Amino acid sequence: MSELAKVTRLALRGMITFRGDVSSARVKKAIKAATGAAVPKVRSISGNRDGGVAWMSPDELLLMVPYGDVQNIIADLSKALVNDHVLIADVSDARAVFRVEGVEAAQVLARVCPVDLHKDSFDIGEIRRTRMAQVAAAFWRDETGFEVICFRSVADYVEALLQRAAQATPVGALGGR
Amino acid sequence: MSTRLANGGRLIDRTKPVSFMFNGKKMGGYAGDTLASALLANDQMLVGRSFKYHRPRGIVASGAEEPNGLVNLGKGGRFEPNQRVTTQELYEGLEAASQNHFPSLEFDVGAVNAKLAKFMPAGFYYKMFIHPRPLWKHVYEPFIRKAAGLGKAPKDRDADVYEHFYHFVDVLVVGGGITGLSAALAAGRAGARVLLVEQTAHWGGRGVVDGAQIDGLDAGAWVKGALQDLEKMENVEFVSRCMAAGVYDHGYALAYERLTDHLVDKSGARHRLWRIRAAQIVTATGAIERPLSFAGNDVPGVMLASAVRDYVVDYGASVGDRTVVVTNNDDAYRTAIAMKSAGLDVPAIIDARPAAGPLADEAKALGIRVLFGAAVAQVQGGKRVTGVATCSQAGEGAMLEEIPCECVAMSGGWSPVVHLWSHCGGKLLWDDAQSHFRPDPDRPPLGADGQGFVTTAGAAQGHLSTRDCIETGHEAGAAAAIAVGLSGNSGKPAGGDAPEEAPMEPVWMMPQGAPYKLRSKMWLDYQNDVKVSDVQLAAQEGYESVEHTKRYTTLGMATDQGKLSNINGLAVLSNALGQEIPATGTTTFRPPYTPISLGSIGGEASRDLFQPLRKTPIHDWSDANGAEWEPVGQWRRVYAYKRGDETTQDAVNREVKNTREALGLLDASTLGKLIVQGPDAGKFLDMMYTNMMSTLPVGKCRYGLMCNEQGFLMDDGVVARIAEDRWLCHTTTGGADHIHAHMEEWLQTEWWDWKVYVANVTEQYAQVAVVGPNARKVLEKLGGMDVSKDALPFMQWRDGTLGGFDCRAYRISFSGELSYEIAVPASQGAAFWEALIEAGGEFGVMPYGTEALHILRAEKGFIMIGDETDGTVIPQDLGLNWALSKKKDDYLGKRGQERSNMVDPDRWKLVGLESTDGSVIPDGAYAVADGENANGQRNTQGRITSTYFSANLDRGIAMGLVKDGPNRMGEVIDFPKVDGKVVQAKIVSPVFYDPDGEKQNV
Repeated sequence: MSELAKVTRLALRGMITFRGDVSSARVKKAIKAATGAAVPKVRSISGNRDGGVAWMSPDELLLMVPYGDVQNIIADLSKALVNDHVLIADVSDARAVFRVEGVEAAQVLARVCPVDLHKDSFDIGEIRRTRMAQVAAAFWRDETGFEVICFRSVADYVEALLQRAAQATPVGALGGR
Repeated sequence: MSTRLANGGRLIDRTKPVSFMFNGKKMGGYAGDTLASALLANDQMLVGRSFKYHRPRGIVASGAEEPNGLVNLGKGGRFEPNQRVTTQELYEGLEAASQNHFPSLEFDVGAVNAKLAKFMPAGFYYKMFIHPRPLWKHVYEPFIRKAAGLGKAPKDRDADVYEHFYHFVDVLVVGGGITGLSAALAAGRAGARVLLVEQTAHWGGRGVVDGAQIDGLDAGAWVKGALQDLEKMENVEFVSRCMAAGVYDHGYALAYERLTDHLVDKSGARHRLWRIRAAQIVTATGAIERPLSFAGNDVPGVMLASAVRDYVVDYGASVGDRTVVVTNNDDAYRTAIAMKSAGLDVPAIIDARPAAGPLADEAKALGIRVLFGAAVAQVQGGKRVTGVATCSQAGEGAMLEEIPCECVAMSGGWSPVVHLWSHCGGKLLWDDAQSHFRPDPDRPPLGADGQGFVTTAGAAQGHLSTRDCIETGHEAGAAAAIAVGLSGNSGKPAGGDAPEEAPMEPVWMMPQGAPYKLRSKMWLDYQNDVKVSDVQLAAQEGYESVEHTKRYTTLGMATDQGKLSNINGLAVLSNALGQEIPATGTTTFRPPYTPISLGSIGGEASRDLFQPLRKTPIHDWSDANGAEWEPVGQWRRVYAYKRGDETTQDAVNREVKNTREALGLLDASTLGKLIVQGPDAGKFLDMMYTNMMSTLPVGKCRYGLMCNEQGFLMDDGVVARIAEDRWLCHTTTGGADHIHAHMEEWLQTEWWDWKVYVANVTEQYAQVAVVGPNARKVLEKLGGMDVSKDALPFMQWRDGTLGGFDCRAYRISFSGELSYEIAVPASQGAAFWEALIEAGGEFGVMPYGTEALHILRAEKGFIMIGDETDGTVIPQDLGLNWALSKKKDDYLGKRGQERSNMVDPDRWKLVGLESTDGSVIPDGAYAVADGENANGQRNTQGRITSTYFSANLDRGIAMGLVKDGPNRMGEVIDFPKVDGKVVQAKIVSPVFYDPDGEKQNV
């Protein structure tokens, strides 16, 4: 047994729930202007932690921006889309963010999430909303690991869960071993 | 006696002795032993007692099918009953104890049951214990419960942790014998993502034991090469000590890996449950040898022929010096030959057939006497075999000869392991030539696309030669790769040998004309003590369905689930019913294949991770300040904040009074908060709520009721209009996710063309109720926004700041006091709470919990979803007609509320209830009415829905639903209590306190 990956709880991140017609040119333009990132494809994430957009459902995006910029960005977005049917809400405080870092990071998530984490199936830039043990969570892969988000109220549970899952022996079945 | 041979044993390491304890006695084995082989090596032939008759039981098999060798294993937090000695690997310090006997294994008083066997036939319990009826509850059931169960239940908390592993593959291959290896090689070479699992610690299965030849190599050498080839493929994973437990719809499969059961070091996860999604599954699960039914076939020392040679070849353990082989097929001759090769004696091979194949010649050449057309009339011996009496198979058991021996190796042919194939609907066909059920390849388990997703190969498909096993394994692996759309080259299968064998002959009873005396000593199910005569009796008594017979006789219902007994039992039943075996059919195969630990099913969900705990932003402050917690769904909410050594009730009373007299703070963060937005949001909310929400002006709040389609109340809460097209709906704590889903369901399935979006922002905010005569004072002290009566009137909200915190202040009240609910961003919640506590010092601030919240609302007659409602209550029952809009054409529940039952004047309706003696009426108590109902029960006319001690009124108060209650004010009704006494209560208005609402209107 060893530690599969390093689990760290990160600081609050600016997060905005956006619901609307994400195929509309005006929406795409406004999202790009607000975050610097493009509207992503299905089950994908674009941009980075200071300006990223995650696909949540066919009519929902999660915008990630610096925490302090949230109110201004909401105001700008609302103004740009004043004539569109959209819902924009600040959910920065409703989330907790974790980093699972290391070459065996997928091994940690494979113990608590029913997701195909093989490298051929889940590449960098993919996001998955799923069940993490007994709670809802979402995560995406980057060059060195995964970022995980969950609801704030269960942050302690998720932290303990990931820490325990990290104390395991790699099974080595997820590609690239 | 059974013993360790001087030589042999391919799996044990004689340089590594291992000591272990059995029934408190120290014994020795070697690394690589199973507990079974080590027990045999120590001449421990007797390993347990049977369930019903307490007959002496010895090891029968060498694998997962073992019915007898079950032990209590380990101690303390690692104690576990019913562990099979054949699958438990030996490790230093292992402790095991045999089961189901008193006072000891050697002398068991329960064995008297065996003397009474003739009085305990099939269905004994059903027949015996049905009359007289009252005895069942007081005598029979307690007695049977005491006698039932083989092992002991663990007493301590499980010391181990467990884990799940979610895995997705193209091809799951079950079984690491030569068939499975061949399938994995073929699928792997074609490029498929493959997982190969093997339940034992070793690869190669029977092929290695039986000396199969593959590509000119011994099977053992070939297996080693195959594993090396698989190791090189990055797309292939192979896992030993991993049993595929079940196959389910959509290619879902469970595999149970035992990580530390064989180790001294128990650190880390004990078991790993692989939760697999496989596009294709190949079951190469092999076959299980069948016992033969002859009198005394349960005496310790009577074993499966294959097991006898496993113990010699794999572990160098012999059951005895002299082994008599009893068979109806050629394969058992391999046991005789293996015994001879190990230097042991085989006095005779008793073959029920008139002739045998070339293996018989080989046996004869070794000097073994072969008796054709022969049978065992009776096994001699009690706690161990001392010999067999032979007879003619064609006759009725007249004894021909007595042959002294210590071991009887029996083989009734082989049954494919069809369990995994069958779990998800794969059908079987009867193979006449080999007398077994095997998978019907034309009727596999079907996936979502209507195509089969499971194939079988090798012995699991009835192929018993090495050549056929390798070829069918290869075919299945290659076909599975093609089925998932891969076109890589699977290569060519290895070449296995296929020695010529004469056909087997079905023998379901030995001898075929055995009289009752012999039949009542022929065991079918060793663990549950079911004999040939029991199944025949069941048939005679009219049991025709195999499923009924199983339950009546308990055949195959023990922990081994009939792995040995199933086919023999079916054959006996079929013969008794005078029909072919396929007409009888099989019982249902259900997962898991062998028992798996409850811990593995729970996975990580134990101890602190047993359930997620939802915490509000103020949780930690409360925890440090006397919180007595109560669970509310997955939240923990504060029931009361205890100070010093006061009791919980004292704390509640103090909080209730202080809130009415000075200032109370409640953590209301758990209440659901849903944003509903869009051009059609008003129209939508008019449908969701019974009230009119579309006309609510921006800046104002309205209390709303939500009903389901049937008209029953499901939730309530305050709705605030935030903007022209945006509302914020508060739900109950438990309703947040549920009401969100409810709204989405209507939007997605019924009103999909309405322009409305919903977002759940419950967790974004910390919400604090600031309640009491000093509420305004403390907010004004914090400062930042105008919270005066004129600037923020009752049922309105404003955005602003308080004490430097960005907030939204709602002037709403669930207590009847001057009250504000202040929402701040969740990350500011704890700081805001502490600022209120500090600023409130001079105003007598005290936090209060959910019990005080309940009492305060009950004093005011406010209903609580879940107390006053239970899924059968409509708003009209609660006097909430004022909240039902009459201006609207429709709302969810409107039609339901018009049905005759809902407008019945006899419905029970909400009233207040005051006990005449001032006591607190028990919660849930029923008010009795005159007369009795059809069941002879007292008629009722109402029940208590909420009941509390009100410190403010210094008496018990209650709310309840009473038949025609509102028209019976002042009447006194009776509530019997569980102690037999009656509490009388006067029907009053549910508003006990400040009926004119003067306190909140300031």
